[in-house]
Amino acid sequence: MLAHENSPLKQTPLHALHLARGAKMVPFAGYDMPVQYTAGVLKEHLHTRKDAGLFDVSHMGQLVLKAKSGKVGDAALALEKLVPQDIAGIAPGRQRYAQFTNDDGGLLDDLMVANFGDHLFLVVNAACKAEDEAHLRAHLSDTCEIVSLADRALIALQGPKAESALAKLCADVSSMKFMDAGPRRVADIDCFVSRSGYTGEDGFEISVPADKAEALVTALLDNPDVLPIGLGARDSLRLEAGLCLYGHDIDATTTPVEGALEWSVQKVRRSGGARAGGFPGADKILTQFADGAARRRVGLRPDGRAPVREGAGLFADASSTEQIGKVTSGGFGPSLNAPVAMGYLPTSLSAVGTTVFAEVRGQRLPLKVAATPFVPNTYKR
Amino acid sequence: MTTLYTSDHEWLRIEGDVATIGITDYAQSQLGDVVFVELPKVGRSLKKAEAAAVVESVKAASDVYAPITGEVIEVNEALAAEPALVNSDAGGKAWFFKLKISDKGELGGLMDEAAYAAHTA
Repeated sequence: MLAHENSPLKQTPLHALHLARGAKMVPFAGYDMPVQYTAGVLKEHLHTRKDAGLFDVSHMGQLVLKAKSGKVGDAALALEKLVPQDIAGIAPGRQRYAQFTNDDGGLLDDLMVANFGDHLFLVVNAACKAEDEAHLRAHLSDTCEIVSLADRALIALQGPKAESALAKLCADVSSMKFMDAGPRRVADIDCFVSRSGYTGEDGFEISVPADKAEALVTALLDNPDVLPIGLGARDSLRLEAGLCLYGHDIDATTTPVEGALEWSVQKVRRSGGARAGGFPGADKILTQFADGAARRRVGLRPDGRAPVREGAGLFADASSTEQIGKVTSGGFGPSLNAPVAMGYLPTSLSAVGTTVFAEVRGQRLPLKVAATPFVPNTYKR
Repeated sequence: MTTLYTSDHEWLRIEGDVATIGITDYAQSQLGDVVFVELPKVGRSLKKAEAAAVVESVKAASDVYAPITGEVIEVNEALAAEPALVNSDAGGKAWFFKLKISDKGELGGLMDEAAYAAHTA
């Protein structure tokens, strides 16, 4: 995952645009990325919830999975060997959230899978993309072609005014529903558009050829409703939306059941389903579906104003010396105007409303287990 | 009244044997939007370079160190209710705490305004 740590930072096709717009750049997953622009994280976050925000997520991996038979159904069944999701059941023009599992039932990465009619289109995390591509090649090369779309940028347009902003460049998008996905002409450019995102807001992700990315983004930013948003607000937005950050809230040691991602594993892949199991770690994961897991990812709301950050230990009471869990993401939620966090707790202490304590700078701060999303999502279903 | 600065971007306003301490405008601009400030307890004795306060932005927590040795005699309660004061008035209303100075000799190691301006240039 840290393969790029000592290499020079890579740049996305929008790097010059970030600098021209006053972005503060930081290293992220081997790329030089904008953490914020001149407006700052707080304003960028609130603008996305009120109007629309534009994010450069070109560091993420885009892959095509195509069956040698030419049938998308064969590519879907092949991918089902690596993920616990119902991939064969994704209708053409639709997209689904998935995870690559390992033999221990842990998660190698999480990803989006779209059915583009004759092939699958995958979007994976930046830090995992080389490993994910190698994983696909190692296991599926006998039946599938795997193509990395390294020459495409990826942007996200999120917020209540995302639809009106994008519709000016592509009338077609207004009829799309949450998790619809497919090729669209946007501003006379051949793009792949999905109605999805990572903020809890309605919005779109748009894959665009690298050499056309700046023109498309400039056209979108010409709309006064749209501001460029950095990775700082991307993180606070996804945290308020209760969405997992791979490598933090879920990783190779957490299963879909422990990660509270049961909703993402369709019945057809669970015990008794027509295509039950058949993915790495299926024994452990399906046993946990039946019997439960010892720990569980939960939302946490600190009682006070102090943010409780990643790594803080969790305790059952104010004085106990036995650590029972850990915060995996935490910070300040600008829309809630309050701190928010996620972490793992023993399942027996994971009920909403349970009070636990986090250790912050030598003090025990009370938090309550809370339902997620913390901020209601506004997807167009 | 003299204003002195540290290389960690704190300012000290010296009045008699009392130092009022805050973070500089440069520091707040680097931190970004401040959402929480944790202040030391009144009566606490702080040693020079000891972690005295915490200032948190949306993304990260940063320590504020005691620039000199002394006893905390007052803290700015207004920051608890309105942490964003640190962004809007770092050098004024957003002072953090006041110290009764233990050793005026420690002030000799701090920067004046011109030296601090050169430090952040």
